[in-house]
Amino acid sequence: MGVIIFLCILIAVWQGFYWVSVDLLALCKPYSVPSPIGVGERFIELCSNGTLLEATGNSLLRGIAGYLIAVVIGLILGLVMNHFKYLQKNLKPVVLGVQTLPSVCWVPFSILWFGLSTQAILFVVVMGAAFSIAIAVDNAIKNVQPIYLKAALTMGAGKRQLYWHVILPASLPELVSGLKQGWSFAWRALMAGEVMTTSIGLGQTLIMGRDLADINQVMLVMLVIVIVGIVIDKCIFSVIEKRLLTKRGLWTAQ
Amino acid sequence: MSLVIKNLCKHFDNSENATLNEINLEVQSGEFVCIVGASGCGKSTLLNLVAGLITPTSGQILLDGKEITGPGADRTVMFQEHGLYPWLNVIENVKFGLKLAGASKEEQEEKAMHYLEMVNLSEYRDYPIHQISGGMRQRTALARALTMDSAVLLMDEPFSALDKQTSNRLREELQRIWMETKRTILFITHSVEEAVYLGDRVVVLTPGSEKEMDIVEIGLERPRHVYSPEFVELRHRILEEIRGEAI
Repeated sequence: MGVIIFLCILIAVWQGFYWVSVDLLALCKPYSVPSPIGVGERFIELCSNGTLLEATGNSLLRGIAGYLIAVVIGLILGLVMNHFKYLQKNLKPVVLGVQTLPSVCWVPFSILWFGLSTQAILFVVVMGAAFSIAIAVDNAIKNVQPIYLKAALTMGAGKRQLYWHVILPASLPELVSGLKQGWSFAWRALMAGEVMTTSIGLGQTLIMGRDLADINQVMLVMLVIVIVGIVIDKCIFSVIEKRLLTKRGLWTAQ
Repeated sequence: MSLVIKNLCKHFDNSENATLNEINLEVQSGEFVCIVGASGCGKSTLLNLVAGLITPTSGQILLDGKEITGPGADRTVMFQEHGLYPWLNVIENVKFGLKLAGASKEEQEEKAMHYLEMVNLSEYRDYPIHQISGGMRQRTALARALTMDSAVLLMDEPFSALDKQTSNRLREELQRIWMETKRTILFITHSVEEAVYLGDRVVVLTPGSEKEMDIVEIGLERPRHVYSPEFVELRHRILEEIRGEAI
């Protein structure tokens, strides 16, 4: 409730700023300052002609597809990297290095490989998220308390049982937060990929706003991107995280 | 069943861990053997060697004539920090080893309840681990260890992280449980009182002195009383041995 009131105040201040700076004092040009009313009008317009829904739907589908591929690759890479000492020593620094690369840097590479296609966007998303997931998987496994493993070993656990009954459940909370971070990387990478293509999506709608010098559309798309990100975080990842931690008595009400 | 330790030595590359030299010990079936020594004398190293979690530099550990090469369910360990799994509740933790061994659902349930009753925790069967006290956690860990029917039960200072009252109470219960089940137990402790209270024999580790270790037969009737003259004398004697070493 408090948050809603705060947001209303924020919007009111924003609208006030627009009136003062554009209408009253004419300090800024109308096309350089978005306004809540303008954004609202664009919202209604883009909703009624279906553009916004289509763009959001397309982006979400691409984001989820790319993310799922990244999760599979990240899990396998993380497990392999963790399991083999040689790779742990030699491959991990490389993966860490590649992970620091901003996802937008993959765009030129991706275009040369795939052209201006959906594959190109997916490639950027996968590259943006897979390495961070791999590192999170490796770290999550490393942080399993040794006593959990020792206890299982002296109860006769085999290698596979160790992974399935101890390492997986023990590392699950950390794994989920790694996957959550992976999603936010994927979502950002998706936007980096979409702004370069012409197929309908949020990134492309954003760039169209720029091309039309329509700052309200730009602002609207940015808001939609933020809201989708928040909704996925709060409705999926945070719920799972909270449930896991509560079960283990690690959740403290904030 | 017999556990035989022959000329066992363990040296580490770094100096952080205690080294062991020339340890010889035989543990018979149904025997309760305690190992005491000053901190850093290698008690835990010895236990980890028997558990198979580390390998000896030289010498042998034989269980029923077979050399120990790695950890296994025939040498379950109960740790100082309970080592229970926080994602499982009390009874699920107790069933854990049985599940690994592929026991049927009914067998898991029956055995787990049997040992939970033995440690007086059957009412708490569905509690999550974080909602029970430290003493109850160690009872749960004890029940879990007992379900394994190990040839030797290894206990690594299981009560030393608890407050005095709780640890005294638990050692009384452990004595009762041992008298009921006649398990073979190798029990590490830094408390001489605990060792004399529980053990048939007490192994005193005194590394660096002329003989690396000494074995004291306790021979007191159970249940034992910590204030009886015989108890006090034995305790004093062992403390002297350790102290002589520490200086």
